[in-house]
Amino acid sequence: MCNNCNFNNLKYDSLESYISTLVSNSSSTTERQASLLPVLYKAQEIFGFLPEEIQEFIAAKLNIHLSEIYGVVTFYSYFTMKPQGKYRISVCTGTACYIKGAEKVLKRLSNELGIDEGEVTKGLTYSLDTLRCVGACGLAPVVMVNDKVYGNVTEDMVPRILKDCKEGKNE
Amino acid sequence: MYTIKIKINDIPVEVEAGTTILRAAEKIGIKIPTLCHLNLHDFKVDHTPASCRVCQVELKGKGLITSCATSVYEGMEVFTNTQKALRARRVVLEMILSDHPKDCLVCDKSGNCELQSLGEQLHLRNVRFKGRMSKHPLDFSSQSIARDMSKCIMCRRCETMCNTVQTVGVLSNTGRGFDAVVDTPMHRPLQDTKCTFCGQCAAVCPTGALMGIEHMADVWRVLNDKNKFVVVQTAPATRVAIGEMFGMEPGTIATGQMISGLRRLGFDRVFDTSFGADLTVMEETKEFIDRLNNGGRLPILTSCCPSWVKFFEHQFPDLLDIPSSCKSPQQMFGAIVKTFYAKKIGINPKDIVVVSIMPCLAKKYEAARDEHQIENMHEVDYSISTRELGFMFEEACIDLTHLPKEKYDNPLGESTGAGVIFGSSGGVLEATLRNAAEILDKKPLQNVDFHEVRGLDGFKETEVEINGIKIKAGISCGLGNARKLLEKIRKKEADYHIIEIMACPGGCIGGGGQPFHHGNTEILQKRSEALYRIDKKSKKRVSSNNEAIKALYDEFLDNPGSSKAHQLLHTIYRKRNKE
Repeated sequence: MCNNCNFNNLKYDSLESYISTLVSNSSSTTERQASLLPVLYKAQEIFGFLPEEIQEFIAAKLNIHLSEIYGVVTFYSYFTMKPQGKYRISVCTGTACYIKGAEKVLKRLSNELGIDEGEVTKGLTYSLDTLRCVGACGLAPVVMVNDKVYGNVTEDMVPRILKDCKEGKNE
Repeated sequence: MYTIKIKINDIPVEVEAGTTILRAAEKIGIKIPTLCHLNLHDFKVDHTPASCRVCQVELKGKGLITSCATSVYEGMEVFTNTQKALRARRVVLEMILSDHPKDCLVCDKSGNCELQSLGEQLHLRNVRFKGRMSKHPLDFSSQSIARDMSKCIMCRRCETMCNTVQTVGVLSNTGRGFDAVVDTPMHRPLQDTKCTFCGQCAAVCPTGALMGIEHMADVWRVLNDKNKFVVVQTAPATRVAIGEMFGMEPGTIATGQMISGLRRLGFDRVFDTSFGADLTVMEETKEFIDRLNNGGRLPILTSCCPSWVKFFEHQFPDLLDIPSSCKSPQQMFGAIVKTFYAKKIGINPKDIVVVSIMPCLAKKYEAARDEHQIENMHEVDYSISTRELGFMFEEACIDLTHLPKEKYDNPLGESTGAGVIFGSSGGVLEATLRNAAEILDKKPLQNVDFHEVRGLDGFKETEVEINGIKIKAGISCGLGNARKLLEKIRKKEADYHIIEIMACPGGCIGGGGQPFHHGNTEILQKRSEALYRIDKKSKKRVSSNNEAIKALYDEFLDNPGSSKAHQLLHTIYRKRNKE
């Protein structure tokens, strides 16, 4: 499929079978367009990110212009076109988390990992991002590692979070 | 449909339900300023994203609302000039300008810019807001369209033209918030996309974000080169539009003035693309009749429009065998100049420069296509738009309104009415039908007017009986309409014999290189009518009666469809990527 990314066909098959549960040849334009968000969501879940070739694949399958898909992918901060680390660390910088010191936590993570926000470590182990409000403001500041939520995070908790990753507690 | 009574600035007005405040206000002579709004009524395009907020008015008891996107309701009371409304408009404009380059003096769009006009209209004297400015790289990758997205105000008119009207699907809004901008997929250079270069995006862009690539400097250079023999050809649609740039009424026929202007610019010969059009008709009719008589692939699709050609190469690569193999009039003309004409006047074709004046931006790309070369020479060296020609006249202190009317040079300046109507949607087909009827019926045509195929409608059809055969013809303008037709053909649901397709709504008169119509489609209607007036007044209205064309075949090409004609006047198409 792709020379650079080496995605195996199994991943494509899995995306294709998901798409076929949502649309068929007889689907209307509106139905195909309505399926775009769930399909992109699923694709990112399968591949970890949404590079050009996957967007082109979706464009062909859903018969939607690539430009439209690219527009949606760049609009939502959830979608990313860069490969993500095995551990996707996201610091909430919504109002509550920000006030309770999210900035300091982010800085500490950045120092420990040696990468800036939006970057990924060599070997694709960790990636660091911010997000806006996960709806757990009572636990502010909040850090998410993949699907796991850490609440009331302080700077000093950062090494422990990374240790959890190393020990495989966040997989 | 029922009507609704409302009051605007205390003036009662009664309008149909569903009318917007903007339209209702127009009815009583109040022109509310707009920027993002675009209404191309004749093409069923009503673009009201209400994103610029310039058209805000005050609704009694409610506060500010956008007039372009709000429909009227019974008893509504609207005020367009309250302190609140006036201030809102100014603040909005100030905010747009705070993130807009202020290089108006050297901007291509200066004088035609809707943002600039709005600044004038509101008499804005100061922009109070300062902050970060959007910065996007320039895209001069293609031959046709220049993109300077730092000047984009996110009105998204271009997106509507590209996606909804043309269904080409290259432009989309990307990113969000301050970084939002209209962009190509993956931020690719335009050259590497499926853009057809129709230029409709540039035709409706209110600012200088989307413009044509200019080749005026190249033309000035060759005009001043004593070793070059510079030949110019003018497309049919240019003569009925160029006058607009010099204050003439839309629909003014300025052929004679344009010709004398071109001579004053220094062109050695002034010829007519309509000659090329007549030649196209000869070749295309021959191909059509051959396919008709020998059970060839039908329908035959016209191939004069380079945007349309690129469109089907990308989107319908499985149907590459149905378009006519004829080159466009521009290219046929260039090919004849660099072979037949060069020999006739005894000048080495390498010293001849062919410049074309076109209503189109895609013609620039067409001229640069690899297929369109003879012995490593481009058939057409430079293609400039009607607008660029107007700019050159202005620069050279030539005012068209004060010029005498002159005539084209011979022999490549001779054309028939059939060659002239190529500039309007339906014209190519009408010209071909006239010719086919004469050939098949073997007698002069009594009624040469095919009124059903004329006009700005996106889709037209007609049935004519020629020599006992019922010929079903379809005409489509606008690539979105073309797509619908092509899909029918793909599914074998259409039984047309011949189809004309033009990429731009209305045909070439509405091309991306024409003087800006600023959303007024009445101007296109007038340009089209002017072309049919020229046709009506022409002594010869069937291409095969063009004496210069007859001489060309006698002296050089033998017959339509001959091997020489195929070598010079026909082309091939290639499959291109779907994206």
